[in-house]
Amino acid sequence: MKTRTRLIGGTAGALALAAAGAVLADIGDDDELIINGEIEIVTGAPAPDFVEGLSTIYSGWVFRSPETQAMEQDDFENPAMIYVDQAREMFDTPMGSEGQSCSSCHEGGPEEFEMVRATYPQWDEEHGEVQTVEMQVNECLTERMGAEPLDWNGQDMRNMTALISAVGRGQIVDVAIDGPAQSTWEQGEELYYTRFGQLELSCASCHEQNYGNLIRADHLSQGQINGFPTYRLKDANIVSIHNRFRGCIRDTRAETFAIGSPEFIALELYVASRGNGLSVEGPAVRN
Amino acid sequence: MTATRRQVLNTGLAAAAVFLGLPRLASAQDVDAAIAEFTGGAEAAEEGVTLIAPEIAENGNTVPIEIDAPGAEAIMVLAAGNPNPDVATFNFGPAAGSQMASTRIRLAGEQDVVAIGRFPDGSFKSARAHVRVTIGGCGG
Amino acid sequence: MAENVTPRVRAPREAAPGDVVSIRTLISHPMESGQRRDGDGNIIPRSIINRFTCDFNGENVIDVTLEPAISTNPYFQFDAVVNESGTFQFTWYDDDGSVYEETADIAVA
Repeated sequence: MKTRTRLIGGTAGALALAAAGAVLADIGDDDELIINGEIEIVTGAPAPDFVEGLSTIYSGWVFRSPETQAMEQDDFENPAMIYVDQAREMFDTPMGSEGQSCSSCHEGGPEEFEMVRATYPQWDEEHGEVQTVEMQVNECLTERMGAEPLDWNGQDMRNMTALISAVGRGQIVDVAIDGPAQSTWEQGEELYYTRFGQLELSCASCHEQNYGNLIRADHLSQGQINGFPTYRLKDANIVSIHNRFRGCIRDTRAETFAIGSPEFIALELYVASRGNGLSVEGPAVRN
Repeated sequence: MTATRRQVLNTGLAAAAVFLGLPRLASAQDVDAAIAEFTGGAEAAEEGVTLIAPEIAENGNTVPIEIDAPGAEAIMVLAAGNPNPDVATFNFGPAAGSQMASTRIRLAGEQDVVAIGRFPDGSFKSARAHVRVTIGGCGG
Repeated sequence: MAENVTPRVRAPREAAPGDVVSIRTLISHPMESGQRRDGDGNIIPRSIINRFTCDFNGENVIDVTLEPAISTNPYFQFDAVVNESGTFQFTWYDDDGSVYEETADIAVA
C-alpha cells in the first residue's frame, strides 16, 4: 500500500491518515476486483495532479464489507444487472415518431458505447455545452428518434446509463478537463470545496479529508463516481450520480441543487475527473 | 388492584404503539411459537446445522446467508428481531444435491438469525448466528 | 401487480451422471413487505413472491416458502443431483396469483 504523503496537515489530518490507513490496511493488498473472472478493475491509482489533497485514489469498492464486495464480482450476484438487461431490451425497442430504436443507428449494439462512461461528461461542440451521459441519451431520443426525453432520474434513464456503464467496465476513466470544458470543470471544483448547509460541510470535508473514517457506523469513501450508476443495498435499486449528489448535500442540511442542474453537471465533470486513472466499474454494488 | 407507575406507562406505550400502528418487533414468544409450530414442540439440538451470516451487515435490506444441514428434509429460517420472525422454509426434494441453500434476507436491526433443520428420523437440529446491522452514515 | 418481473437462472449445460451441480436463480421483484407506508401514511399492501420451486425431470429439487423478510429481487443458490439429461423447471408464485416460469436444459453424459 502506498503511503499518503500529501494528505492534509495538522493533528486532525494525522488522525485521519492513521484511521484511513488502518481501514485500508484491514482490507488488504490481496483484494483485487475481477468481475466475472475476466474484467480487471483498477481500484487504486495515483491521484491526478490537480487533486492536491490525495496521493492515491480509491474506488468505493475497497471501503465495503467482503459480502458487499463479493456481490460485484459476478454479474449474476450483482442485482444491478437486472436493470442492465431491461435496458438491453429497451435498446432494441422502437421509440418515438421516427419508428427507430437505439439499435437502428447503433447496429453494433450497446457495446459501441464501450468508451462513453470513461470519457463523460464531455464537451459537445454542436450544443456548446458539457454533456453527461443522460443528456447524450436524451439528445438521441429527441433529436434523432422523435421521442420524448427520459426523466433524468427515472428508472428507464438509470437503466440505460447502467447499460452504457456496464459495457465500459474495465476502461480507464479519462475525462477531459481542459479546452472548452475547462470553465465548467473549474465551476465544479469550486463547488467541491464549498461548504454547504447547517453542518457546513464541503464534499472535501468527508471524501478528501476523512475517507476511511467512520461516519456513524459506516466507512466514508472518497466519493468516486466510477461505479455509477450504482446498486445501493439501502434502496434495492440503482442510483444516479446526481441523486447521490443531492443526497449528500441534503445530508449537510442544505437546500440542494436540482438533478440535471448546471451546478450538478459541473460537479459531475469535476468529480469524474478526480477518478481519472480508476476503472469504469458501474453498475457497482454499494451499501 | 393498584397499578404501578411502570405498568401504567407500559400500557400507555403499548396503546400508543397500537394507535400509531408502529411495526411491532417479534417477541420471544413469537419466535418460540414459530419454532414450536415447526418442531411440534420437540427439542432441537444445537448441532448438525451450519448457518453462515455476516457478523456485521452493511445494510439490513440485503443480508446474505447460507444454511447447510446434511440429511435434513427441511430447514426453517427465523429472524428473531424482525416484526415477523418468519423468513423462509426450504424443503429439499429427492433431486436435491445437498441440503444447502443461500439467499438474501432483511434484518430490522441487530439480532439473532436462527436455522432449524427437520430430519427424516423426526429429530430437529438448530444453529444460531448473531448479526449486527450497520447504521448507515448517509441517507443519500 | 409487480412490474418488470423477470426470472434469471444460471445452471450448467453439461454434467456427468451423478454430479452435484450448483444452481443460482434471481427474479426481479420488489417483495413489498406490507410493513411500509406510502407518502400519505397508508400501509403499502404486501406483495411478494411467496413460493419458489425447482424440479428436475418432474422430481423436486427444492421447494421454498418465502416470507416478507426475503430481500427485494429474491436470490437462491442450491444444489441438484443429475443422473440423466433433462430439464430443470423453475417456478415462482406471486401473491397476486401470477406464476413465473423458467427452464434450463442440461446434457448428462
